[in-house]
Amino acid sequence: MQPSSIPSRSNLAGWLYVSPLVLVLVPFFAAPILVVLAASFFATDGFGGLTPGFTLASYVEVLHSALTLKLYLATIKFTVLTWIFTLIIGFLVAYFLVFHVRNQLLAIGLFLLCTVPFWTSNIIRMISWIPLLGKEGLINQALLAMGVIRQPLEVLLFSDLAVVIAYVHQLTIFMIVPIFNSMARIDKKLIEAAIDAGASRFDIMRLIVVPMSKSGIALGTIFVVSIVMGDFFVVKVMSGGGSASVVSAFYEDVGVLQYPTAAASAVLLTLVLVAIVSLILRTVDVRQEIT
Amino acid sequence: MSAVLADMPETVAPATSKAIAPSKGGRPWTFYVLSALFTFYVLALYGPMFCIYILSFQDIRGGLVFPMKGQSMHWFVDLFTQVRTGDVKGSFDRSIKLAVIVTVITVVVSFLAGLGFRKRFRGDTFVFYMMIGSLVAPGLVLGLGTGLLFQALGLNASWYTSALGAQLSWTLPFGVLVMFAVMSRFNHAWEEAAYDLGASRWQSIWLVMIPVLAPGLVAVALFGFTLSYDEFARSLQTAGSLNTLPLEIWSMTLNVTSPSLYALGTVTTVVSFIVIGASLGTIVLIQKKRGSRAKGWE
Repeated sequence: MQPSSIPSRSNLAGWLYVSPLVLVLVPFFAAPILVVLAASFFATDGFGGLTPGFTLASYVEVLHSALTLKLYLATIKFTVLTWIFTLIIGFLVAYFLVFHVRNQLLAIGLFLLCTVPFWTSNIIRMISWIPLLGKEGLINQALLAMGVIRQPLEVLLFSDLAVVIAYVHQLTIFMIVPIFNSMARIDKKLIEAAIDAGASRFDIMRLIVVPMSKSGIALGTIFVVSIVMGDFFVVKVMSGGGSASVVSAFYEDVGVLQYPTAAASAVLLTLVLVAIVSLILRTVDVRQEIT
Repeated sequence: MSAVLADMPETVAPATSKAIAPSKGGRPWTFYVLSALFTFYVLALYGPMFCIYILSFQDIRGGLVFPMKGQSMHWFVDLFTQVRTGDVKGSFDRSIKLAVIVTVITVVVSFLAGLGFRKRFRGDTFVFYMMIGSLVAPGLVLGLGTGLLFQALGLNASWYTSALGAQLSWTLPFGVLVMFAVMSRFNHAWEEAAYDLGASRWQSIWLVMIPVLAPGLVAVALFGFTLSYDEFARSLQTAGSLNTLPLEIWSMTLNVTSPSLYALGTVTTVVSFIVIGASLGTIVLIQKKRGSRAKGWE
């Protein structure tokens, strides 16, 4: 990969280059994770004080609680729904930009257009749905004016529907960018050759485009899944407190200083996330895509 | 994503330099379906946000939904003067300072790590996976861990210590990933030429790599700034007694039910756009300068 005339260097040089990164990640990623892991085995006095020790009480509590299963089911429901919608929209938007927009400059412009809202605060983008979805919001006003409905729809805001809408609004970009990237690398000659060999457009999609965008899809999936599973504020605000997720329960626990139970459920969630991400990494070599 | 912004011409050029076969001649029906879908997507993306920008300019009678009641700057003044909406001015100040510090550290550390990862070294996979772990770990969990760690060590949590570190654990992996993308397009022949001409490693980095990679570095900076400016979950348990802007917005969504909230949305958006505009401007400037100095070397 490297031209031979660049001076070869020892492992030490490599470590010197990454040492600043490691010096940040050890105290602010590795250590905090270990602290949470340790706290999950500690006992508490119920007022935020932690007694060092080793007890599995918190895990027993979390695993035995019927609530835990409910929370995971709710979180998985939101994750799967968001993943499906972001994947479909993201894939089609990327496909449109790469294969249907003939003018390259226009394609770049349209791509940038999709990325611009990413730079605005997530919370702001979330609350921006209130004037639309609310009981007196634009959608209800329009539907009432058209005579489609007699009474304003209550299900639009502060519901699971609103949660999914907010997630899709925020996260589709995380699908578009990596899929666009891997699609843009597909050699168009390949497609021309396939057409010459008599492939239908469906065949091209099935046998060339989808397999070759696989790493982009995997990367986007990792982003979307880990963000939705690790999120709580969209669920809290957009469901109006009606729904909860694993992390929102964790947040409540922290709020009432129940650190060990919070830590235990955090460890559990992290394990679930690691399992999902490594499953994805096992099927697709993402490192090849980004390096 | 910024890597894509910065390197777009190189990414797309080979792909779309010639019209591809499926869309030669007349447009297939899928073109119209997908155009409609794309238009709808963009409308859904921007529509809600424009609603709150418009609603933030109402007068004192204004509410959270349409129809718009009058026009004034009332809610912007309210935002920065009223105590009941919280310390918007102070948190705004802190967030900008924090974002600048995060940006500088992210650019330097990501660049060095990018150089380090160009060659394999013993333990590189370990560092890589630690980085990915840091990226996908739930922010709230990491924030809690950092908060507890500071507590255990007897240190006070504050926005410029614990929150800074917690934010870096999020911006650095992003920065390094962007650096990977940027460096994978770096032509090693230039570096080789520098060595052949007798440059030291330091000279080849300072005189060859940094100027060539400058747009990518600006992209990393842009990334660092916006990720920090918008960071919420990791700061929640680590910011200490003084809020950053996203934390302030969060507490406002819970207590404030006036267009002040929308005015805050408008203000933060304007700031974001100034930062992006400045960054993109810098990239364009660098590329122009480069173009006039060495025409057509790319």
